Amino acid sequence: MKKIIRIFVFIGLVSLIPMAGQAQCKTFAKKVCKLELLPYVHDGIYNATVLSEGETAELYKTFYSGQEYRIAICGAEELPPIHYQVLDAEKNVLYDNAKNNYSDTWDFKLESSQQLLISIQVETSDELSDEILSGCVSVLVGFMNQENTFDQN
Amino acid sequence: MKVKSFFTKLFLFGFLFGTTLTYFGCQSKSKNNVDNEINQDMEKNDDFSNELNKTKQVFYSLPSPIETALLLKRAGAKFNEDYLNPVDNISKYTTQKSMALNLGVYSADLSFVSMFDQSQLSVKYLSATKKLADELGILNAVDQSIFKRMDSNIDNTDSLMEIISETFMNSDSFLKENDRTETAGILLVGGWIEGLYIATQIAKSTESNSEIIDRVIDQRLSLATLMSLLQEYQSNSDVKDILNQLKGIKVLYDKINISSSKTEAVTDSTGKTFIKSASKSSYKKEDINALFDKAIALRDSIVS
Repeated sequence: MKKIIRIFVFIGLVSLIPMAGQAQCKTFAKKVCKLELLPYVHDGIYNATVLSEGETAELYKTFYSGQEYRIAICGAEELPPIHYQVLDAEKNVLYDNAKNNYSDTWDFKLESSQQLLISIQVETSDELSDEILSGCVSVLVGFMNQENTFDQN
Repeated sequence: MKVKSFFTKLFLFGFLFGTTLTYFGCQSKSKNNVDNEINQDMEKNDDFSNELNKTKQVFYSLPSPIETALLLKRAGAKFNEDYLNPVDNISKYTTQKSMALNLGVYSADLSFVSMFDQSQLSVKYLSATKKLADELGILNAVDQSIFKRMDSNIDNTDSLMEIISETFMNSDSFLKENDRTETAGILLVGGWIEGLYIATQIAKSTESNSEIIDRVIDQRLSLATLMSLLQEYQSNSDVKDILNQLKGIKVLYDKINISSSKTEAVTDSTGKTFIKSASKSSYKKEDINALFDKAIALRDSIVS
């Protein structure tokens, strides 16, 4: 009987692991990634998940004309760099952070409203190791709460 | 004793097998959806498409009520309290679905009043959102310290926006982390519908309303995102019901013709990018009026 209880306790603890990871992600998003948005105002939408090296995630969002935006995509310290691309509906690449030193943030503004796709990938580590690194990746969007700060020419 | 042991083992095996099957079943369902989307969409950008086959998570991010309020203000909207859902209606919301929808509605109203510097109404609508959040079991999403912070920043719109953003994130993250993603989606629907409702009311009562109408038309893009999000949870009867109502709005949006030019990204010396792409819409007046009427009817059915 004790053995059965131990098995159930083990299963219970194992089932809690993803929840613990999610809770860590919330703290990471709030305490680390949100600061990257400043001085832009966070839109209040929470997007974060645990990813391992080589894994990818996607975010679809409509961005509106005239509004100034900042996207902040942050990975936990233990992860290799986070590579992301921003694509339009025709899958043309509008921005690639690998060409900008894996920058966490991108500031932009649109002439007309569009749905964009943000495609994210955790790069694989260069170091030889049996262990696959994993950690929180958070995608937050902020907007500028004041009139135009852009040079549009 | 041996029989008992056999049944114990059988039970454990069944439990573990069932758990494993459920876990991987969910995983493969999600993966299949992603693969289908990728197969349909990805024709260009071959380097990245190889990696996308391993997509683990897809997020559908909707405009938050704060963003919608800002868009309306920038489009020249004037404040009118009649556009809001009165806080006295709160006692009508007793089901999970109506509470989640109207938490979204009140969040949109809260953003709207704060954006237009209506400090007394801000406190009133924050109280309404707190009450519904409590009843939905969103623990600590709106704590008492928020009221103190709001009181001390009542005349500072930027600080109020920050507080509302934080409150919304706490609710959104709590629901998503506690496997209540459907409820998080329904909440966003409520906020989106209220934003659309306020925009249509402003458009109907404003003479030079072309910019507001453009914003209403822009919402077709968010509607597509919203429907993609809800389709993932349509086994939930509440979600299925809402999805069917949204399809009625989509039919009317589909009557609007949109033409767009090729997109071009231009980055300035400070690293900021301007995405150039002209877009033009054309529509019949009766079609846009039918869209307004549908949006108003749906919103009224939510708040009544």
